[in-house]
Amino acid sequence: MVSPCTIRADCPQTVAEKMQKTYSNPIYPYRKSADQEAQQPVHHPVIIIGAGPCGMAAALDLAKQGQASIILDDNNTVSVGSRAICFSKRTLEIMDRYGCAQPMVEKGVTWQKGKVFFKQEKVYEFDLLPESGHKLPAFINLQQYYFEEYMVNQIAKEPLIDLRWMHKLVELDSSSEDNQLKVETEEGVYALSCDYLLVADGANSKIRTELGLESKGQVFQDRFLIADVVMKADFPTERWFWFDPEFHPNQSVLLHKQADDVWRIDFQLGWDADPEEEKQEAKIRPRIEAMLGKDVEFELEWASVYTFQCRKMDDFIHNRVIFMGDAAHQVSPFGARGANGGVQSVENLSWKLARVLKGQAPATLIESYNEERQHGAAENILNSTRATDFITPKNDISRVFRDETLRLAKHYPFARSLVNSGRLSMPCDYQHSSLITKSSALNTGFDAGIAPGFVCLDAPIRINGKDSWLLEQLGNRFVLLYNGEGIDNDELKALAAISDDLVLLDSRELEDKEGMLAERYCISGGQGYLIRPDQYVAAKFKQLNREQVNNALQRALGYQSAQENP
Amino acid sequence: MSKLITENHFSDADAFYAALTDVHRELSTADSERLNARLILLLANHIGDKQVLLEALDIAAQLEQ
Ligand SMILES: Cc1cc2nc3c(=O)[nH]c(=O)nc-3n(C[C@H](O)[C@H](O)[C@H](O)COP(=O)(O)OP(=O)(O)OC[C@H]3O[C@@H](n4cnc5c(N)ncnc54)[C@H](O)[C@@H]3O)c2cc1C
Repeated sequence: MVSPCTIRADCPQTVAEKMQKTYSNPIYPYRKSADQEAQQPVHHPVIIIGAGPCGMAAALDLAKQGQASIILDDNNTVSVGSRAICFSKRTLEIMDRYGCAQPMVEKGVTWQKGKVFFKQEKVYEFDLLPESGHKLPAFINLQQYYFEEYMVNQIAKEPLIDLRWMHKLVELDSSSEDNQLKVETEEGVYALSCDYLLVADGANSKIRTELGLESKGQVFQDRFLIADVVMKADFPTERWFWFDPEFHPNQSVLLHKQADDVWRIDFQLGWDADPEEEKQEAKIRPRIEAMLGKDVEFELEWASVYTFQCRKMDDFIHNRVIFMGDAAHQVSPFGARGANGGVQSVENLSWKLARVLKGQAPATLIESYNEERQHGAAENILNSTRATDFITPKNDISRVFRDETLRLAKHYPFARSLVNSGRLSMPCDYQHSSLITKSSALNTGFDAGIAPGFVCLDAPIRINGKDSWLLEQLGNRFVLLYNGEGIDNDELKALAAISDDLVLLDSRELEDKEGMLAERYCISGGQGYLIRPDQYVAAKFKQLNREQVNNALQRALGYQSAQENP
Repeated sequence: MSKLITENHFSDADAFYAALTDVHRELSTADSERLNARLILLLANHIGDKQVLLEALDIAAQLEQ
């Protein structure tokens, strides 16, 4: 049923020419699995389709929750060519929980400064001064192939993950309790079955199409040349964005640094551009020379022409098939929310799925993935659409407003807040989710610190005499972060006995090196936070007691009875 | 509840109106459009409040009224 897959493409017009010198894609060999010899289709709890950032994140997250999985990928390498470059702090925090953030940060380019130009003038400069007291930087620029390679390396260390390259899903029957799969390899087709099929087969998901499901939204009537060039020139490590520059009139251009002296250049081309012609080196060189100056030496590493879309599925769940990443929701790259948003969706799903499979939560908990991430996807689409509309004004008057905003921005700071060449990806909140116990419910919470439904913030700490970070203490299971002052032993024992999936962490055992824990969490004696396995605050308590904590935990696990709480 | 002031709030309504039309007098339609855009952006920031701005947009968009 699934027609032969082309290279990973975000849109049909994607074209790529290989001239890469700084990076050669690792080749991961096809390996035969014992499942291929079996007489009957072998059954697995979780099978994941696609070893892109989202499919691999799902397997790593499930492994952290003790759940085994299989990844099938129809290819034998990581991402090819110029795709994602900007990864946000939240994504890096998630990668840190999986154990692979360090090589990403080491290889990636950490940046904080930028300039915005309009026509021949610099309009303003910015400096996104990093907030101190976080283990990971606000964002890094790193080519997607490195990002994925480090995930593959981490997966190799996880006994719970079986990653099968060159195993392509070609047929799926999702109508019964078990999903029935046909997988094609160079040695023929074999069958598998699974409880849950996680689909991360990319923006043009064939599986989605075959199931008759749709991802709905808008295609932007514009084309972009995305070129990666190698140059040693002394450009600063800054994000430069031009609106309507003299070297490329009426369009926008972005210049941003990546690892290995590779620079990302985006040229807006307009809807009438011919993608076949624009991808030719002979056509690209003069564009770049006009921009950088004739004397700047550079080598073209990669170029593709894209149109961008913002769209999502109305429901990410279809029977026991769950869509993730670009297959579920897709955004234009302005604001870098594709992979970033995708990985955040995956982390939202994984802890829930693991608990359902272990019988620690009702199967309906999985529906909250759709609830919480529809909201996340809508927010990402809104932000990406706004940026795209600013960059590509929809009509003449929008263009007038855009241009005057830029002119005013040169002299009047207020207008800079309207200039939108992409708002950097931030994690969304789930404060209205049915899993979250609002602080107002039964008046159990307290106001200071992080509100229920928001993601935890990091803080530098010392624990057991060692330097560490707060986020390293959280995640993968529920944590009750509390201040034990004034809580008697019986109450503590009762709290500890609530669940094997709940760990108690007394904030007094954490040495608050820079006072950030106190500043960000404000926990006084007897107070506490219930923190989900994805490091989101599920509930807050102004005076811990067993019943309230248990109710909030049940609610976070999606038990119906807990829903009756106000 | 409505927050946009729709009763008279000018310190000198006639003077403002004259200044507004004067500033456009010599301009082409295209430049007038630019000036209007700048004016809207400046005033919108001065007001700041999202509800007030949305109410104003809403009334302004009722072209048939
Ligand atoms: C120019 C550009 C710039 C971008 N910049 C950013 C950025 O700065 N930051 C950001 O966060 N995002 C960015 N993105 C978006 C980012 O690249 C995507 O969101 C991300 O790759 C989506 O990951 P995924 O795992 O969902 O899918 P993909 O990365 O598309 O992976 C899908 C995988 O599924 C496999 N597959 C497909 N069909 C089958 C099958 N039948 N059987 C087995 N395997 C199959 C494919 O081989 C592939 O490995 C950018 C995208 C583009 C195009």
